[in-house]
Amino acid sequence: MGDVAIRVEGLGKRYRIGGRRRVGRTFRETVTESMTAPFRRAKAVLSGEPLNADPDTELWALRNLSFELKKGEVLGVIGRNGAGKSTLLKLLSRITDPTEGVAEIHGRLGSLLEVGTGFHPELSGRENIYLNGAILGMGRREIDRKLDEIVAFAEVERFIETPVKHYSSGMYLRLAFAVAAHLETEVLLVDEVLAVGDAQFQRRCLGKMEDLSRRGRTVLFVSHNLGAVQRLCNSVLVLGSGELLAREDPASAVSRYLGMGAEQASILENPLDDAAVSVRRLSLLADGEPVNGPVEPGSVLEVVAEYDVHQSIDGLLLGFDLLSGNGDAVFRTYDQEVAGLDRKPGSYRSTLRLPLDWLRSMPYRLDLVVAHHRHRWLCRGDIGFSFSVYRPPQDDVHLAGVVRLVDGWDHQTLEP
Amino acid sequence: MQPVTLIRPRSGWVPLDLRELWAYRELLYFLVLRDVMVRYKQTVLGAAWAVLQPVLTMVVFSLFFGKLAKIPSDGVPYPIWSYAALVPWTLFAGALMQASNSLVGGQNLIKKVYFPRLALPIAATLAGLVDFLIAFIVLLVMMAGFGITPTIQLLWLPALVLLALVTALGVALWLSALNVQFRDIKHTLPFLIQLWLFITPIAYPSSIVPEQYRPLLALNPMAGVVEGFRWALLGTDTAPGLMVGISSLVALLLLIGGAFYFRRMEKSFADVV
Repeated sequence: MGDVAIRVEGLGKRYRIGGRRRVGRTFRETVTESMTAPFRRAKAVLSGEPLNADPDTELWALRNLSFELKKGEVLGVIGRNGAGKSTLLKLLSRITDPTEGVAEIHGRLGSLLEVGTGFHPELSGRENIYLNGAILGMGRREIDRKLDEIVAFAEVERFIETPVKHYSSGMYLRLAFAVAAHLETEVLLVDEVLAVGDAQFQRRCLGKMEDLSRRGRTVLFVSHNLGAVQRLCNSVLVLGSGELLAREDPASAVSRYLGMGAEQASILENPLDDAAVSVRRLSLLADGEPVNGPVEPGSVLEVVAEYDVHQSIDGLLLGFDLLSGNGDAVFRTYDQEVAGLDRKPGSYRSTLRLPLDWLRSMPYRLDLVVAHHRHRWLCRGDIGFSFSVYRPPQDDVHLAGVVRLVDGWDHQTLEP
Repeated sequence: MQPVTLIRPRSGWVPLDLRELWAYRELLYFLVLRDVMVRYKQTVLGAAWAVLQPVLTMVVFSLFFGKLAKIPSDGVPYPIWSYAALVPWTLFAGALMQASNSLVGGQNLIKKVYFPRLALPIAATLAGLVDFLIAFIVLLVMMAGFGITPTIQLLWLPALVLLALVTALGVALWLSALNVQFRDIKHTLPFLIQLWLFITPIAYPSSIVPEQYRPLLALNPMAGVVEGFRWALLGTDTAPGLMVGISSLVALLLLIGGAFYFRRMEKSFADVV
C-alpha cells in the first residue's frame, strides 16, 4: 500500500446530455417544461414508446475505470476527443464528483488543467503570481520563496509590475506556465499544458516536465502530443468512449491509438449526391491498396475521387483539405490545377498523390471540398478520411508544428 | 504522514468542513485582495465611488423625505441620520450583490481547479469592507461637521458590521448556489435589493412602526443593523437590544441554512455552471 500514489476503482461519471434544460435553465423553461410534460407523456403513450424512457439522454463520460499508479511513475492518458480524458482529470482533481466508484490519492495533489487559471488582466505580473499560486494551492511563504525563480523562468523581470493585460501572449503564457511549473506537490495532474505557445516554449515546458519526473514526482499526464507521451511516460492508459481500452508501454499504446483512426472505411461509396455534381466513390489508398491501419512514411498515399458532372459547370472546385490531428489546416488543394475550372457533363476521376515523408507521426484528416466557384459550397468538412502516419519515436524528434521539414539542412564543419 | 484524499460519490447533505476552508485561508486572502484591487481599476473616480453612492442617496433622501415629506429622524439632523444608516446598508447591498454573482463570475475557476467553493462568496462579501471603511470615514467627518460626538457605544459597531456581513453572506449563499442553475437570480437581485431597502428603516425611523409590530420588523436583520448604527453613533434612544437579538438569530439561521444548502449543491457546480 505504501508505494501507491493513486488508486482508482470502478470510477464512473454520468452526464445528462441533450439536457440544455439543466444548464443555466430559467424558471420559465422549468415551468414550460412541467406544463408540457403531460402532453409529451400522452404522445409517448399514443405512439407506443416506452413510458419511462428518460427524455434526457444519459452519457457515461467515463465508466468502470480502475488502475493504480505507483509513486514516482509518470502515467500518460491518450484517447480521442470524448474518450473521457478530461473527465478523468476533473474527477481526480475533485472539480466534479464521480457518479460511482472510488479514487484515493496519497500525498498532496496539484492539478494543472490549464495554465493561468484565475489570472486577472488588470493585476500586475507579481500580483498574478501570488493569486494564481494560491489558486493552485501554494502558500504565501512558498510563493515568496520561489518568486525570483518563477520570474526568471518566465523571463518577465522588466515587466513584473506591469498589468498582464499589456503582456504579449507569449509573455503571458510563459508567466502562467512558470507559476504552474513551480507547484511542488507529490502528485501532479497535467492536461495538455504543452499544447499552447510557440515551439521554443513547448520545448521548455517539456524539459520542465522531464525534470519533474526525474525528481520522483508522480504525474498523470493527458496529452495529444504523442511524442511527449512516449518521451515522458512509464506507461500509458488508452481510453475510448469512456472506457479503458488498454494500459501498456508507451510505444504500444501510441500505435494502438494511431490504429484506432483507421478502423473506419477507407472507401466511401456515393458520399455526395448533388443536382450538379455527385461523387460516386472516394478512396484512400496507400501504395494502391485501401488504407488499413497507420501508414508507413515510405509509402505513397493517394486519394481518388470519381465523380459525375450532370450539367455544364463553369468553375468547379473539387479537392481536399488536409488537417492536422488537432484540427489545424495544413493546406487546401483543388483538381483545377490539372483539370481547369470548367467541366462538361460526364464522368471524371481525380487523384491526389500525397507524399508522406513530410508528415509527422500524428493523426491527420483529409476532407472533401466541393464548390461551384463564386456560387455555393456543395460540400465542406463532413466527408473525408482520418489517417495516421507512424514512424518509430526516435525518428520523430520534431515536437512542434503540423508537418516536418524534409532535407532543409546543410551543415559543414569549418574548423576542426 | 501523507494526506490521503478520498474521492467518492456524495449525495444529500454534506458536512461543512470548515477545517478545509481554514486550510485555504490564504486563497481567501488573495481572492479578497484581487476583488479590492480590481474593483476601481480603469475608472476615473476610483475609490470615490465608494462614497458617491451613499452620499448621493443621502442627498436625495434628505431632500424628499427629510425636507419635503418631513419624516421624523429621532431628533438628529436628517442628513446625518440617514447617512449613518446608508453606510452599513451600502456594505450589505454591495456584498449581497457581489457574493450572489461570485460563482457565476468565477466559473472559469470552478471548472478548472478545486478549492472549497465557499471561498468565492465569502471573499466577495469581505471585499466590500474596504468601501465601507472609506464611506465610514466620511461619516465620521460629517459627524464632526454636525458637532456630534460619538459615545462609548461606538464599540458595538464591529459587531453590527459583522451582523450585516453575516446577513449578506447568509442570503448570498442561497442565491449564489441557485444562480448557478437559474440565471434568473442575476436579474432578480437588483429588484430584491431595492425592495429590501424599502422594508429597512433607512429613510424612516422604526418608531413610526406601531410598537407591537416592531419585533416583526426585526425579522429583517438589516433593521437591527441600521438602528444599531444610529444608536451607537448618533446616540438616538432607539436602544436596539431586542431588535438586534432577533436580527442576529435570523441572520445566523440564514447563514447556517445557506451554508448547508450551498454544500449540498456544490458538487454539481462545475457541471452545471
